[in-house]
Amino acid sequence: MTVVENKAERAEGWNRPQVIEPDGEGELLEVAMGPHHPSTHGVFRMDVALDGERVVRLKPVFGYLHRNHEKIAEGASYLASMPYTDRLDYFCSLTNNWAYALAVEKLVGQVVPERAEYIRVILAELTRVQNHASSIGFLIQEMGASGTPLMYAFKEREKILDLFESLTGSRMMCNYMRFGGCRVDVSASWLDATRKVVAGLPAFVDEFEALLSSNEILMARCQGVGILRPELAINAGVSGPMLRGSGVNYDVRKVDHYGIYDRFKFRIPLGDHGDIYDRYMVRILEMRESIKIIEQALRDLPAGPIMDTRAKLRGFRPKPGEAYGRIEAPKGELGFYLISDGGLNPYRYRVRPPSLINLTILEDMCLGHNVADVVLIFGSVDIVLGEVDR
Amino acid sequence: MLGDGILKGMAETARNFFGSFVSDERLTTVEYPEQRIPTVEAARVFPFLVYDGANWEAGMRCVACQICEKECPPKCIYIEKSADKKPDFVGKQQFYPTRFDIDVSVCMSCQICVEVCPFEAIKMDTQFELATEDRFGGLLYDRKELSRSNEYYHSIHPTEAGEVDARLAEEKAKVEARAKAAAEAAAAKAAAAANPTQLAGGGS
Repeated sequence: MTVVENKAERAEGWNRPQVIEPDGEGELLEVAMGPHHPSTHGVFRMDVALDGERVVRLKPVFGYLHRNHEKIAEGASYLASMPYTDRLDYFCSLTNNWAYALAVEKLVGQVVPERAEYIRVILAELTRVQNHASSIGFLIQEMGASGTPLMYAFKEREKILDLFESLTGSRMMCNYMRFGGCRVDVSASWLDATRKVVAGLPAFVDEFEALLSSNEILMARCQGVGILRPELAINAGVSGPMLRGSGVNYDVRKVDHYGIYDRFKFRIPLGDHGDIYDRYMVRILEMRESIKIIEQALRDLPAGPIMDTRAKLRGFRPKPGEAYGRIEAPKGELGFYLISDGGLNPYRYRVRPPSLINLTILEDMCLGHNVADVVLIFGSVDIVLGEVDR
Repeated sequence: MLGDGILKGMAETARNFFGSFVSDERLTTVEYPEQRIPTVEAARVFPFLVYDGANWEAGMRCVACQICEKECPPKCIYIEKSADKKPDFVGKQQFYPTRFDIDVSVCMSCQICVEVCPFEAIKMDTQFELATEDRFGGLLYDRKELSRSNEYYHSIHPTEAGEVDARLAEEKAKVEARAKAAAEAAAAKAAAAANPTQLAGGGS
């Protein structure tokens, strides 16, 4: 008896939207959106079955950008995988670096010096600001506002990328974090430049909000569209702004306190309805919270070494065992799972990519909506194909 | 009122548009081939090999230890070790690469070769305009094309090159001091061997 009830509960919990039945007039139209569709952020295909304008079925097709990242990493040394992690989510290479460094540090049992932790937080939050700004820009572009909001976002992103370049040498493929610290120390002039950029960020978010938040077209297109229910979001393993947009209070920064996040005062913005507008709003508010974190970290940044003195760059053999390092990347929970067999390279190397897992519920959000909304819902997931396919 | 938000957004755009006429800060782009943004000091594009002195072949710092070849993530480096040895900057006999190729069409500018090199021999260039008509041979650089003088290294990464030079000078001074001490010890020993009675008398 109870088993049946549980089953029913579980079926309820999944809370999938009812299957959309075609109205019986005419035939269904099957459209392959992508892999070269301009709205698909790269090479991603959606096989959409349409009844008129309504979506009846949607099948995401992954794998066009598969690069064999995990298998390559199993054959390469621990250090040699670090630059490859930049290429997962190429918008946020620094958070990818951090997640991988965290996994290896757990595996080896290394401690990270204070200063390096602060630098990591500053860089990760800068990454979050620029990722959210540009992802909102892309979302608005898919709404039809081709250019203006995206260029506003990119103008600000440019300043942050300049900071990354002057510190790490590269704008997007930073390859900056190392096991047990960071590669180069920040200079006083870099910190001054960062303070200047960070001081300008709140004005940018205000400007962005004045431009967009109360725009009637944006509201009409976003509110009540692509609703993701919290139960489904939890069951599907969705994370990041997608999950918080649905009102689930879950942020790895608060749950795990990895690094030194327990020292900073910041809040987790939550959505109410789980529609596109909530996700947009959560991203805007997260940018504001990130700015607060950066300000606190810049204020408290201690002096000291940036590398653990016992850390080895190459040729180390971790003890046999496994480790999972996860962080709150801008797109969601990014995790690296490593198994060591005592050799120079990992026995198993697995990435838990937020983009891929957030994308799996695309059909549930799109059913019953118009084709034009599919583009928007897809944009609100905020994915990077480099991370989806790896 | 319906349309308020749109008007507000348009006011923002107008502010930026007209603002770009009065404030240079709002102009964020440059016309690339005519105008250039100076490259930052930390910039990295593709690796090159550093040599000391005037002759690239004699002064090459690389000792063909092949660590970079092993650590390179996309495996774009190919090295052949010499059979004979030549003196390095401190005068110690070392191997040298008879062949050192980097396929820059494979290289991903990650700087790991620079980090693992114990001899400060490979560094990152900042030259990025490398278009060529020959996509195979033209992008496969051999050791002559890769070699750059230490002065050139100083001109692109002044701070880093200064640190490297200081480190190498320190190492050289240490080696020389050790050699001097060894020579003095040898001389003392030779002197002691020449008249053993004196040493025995002094020792007792």
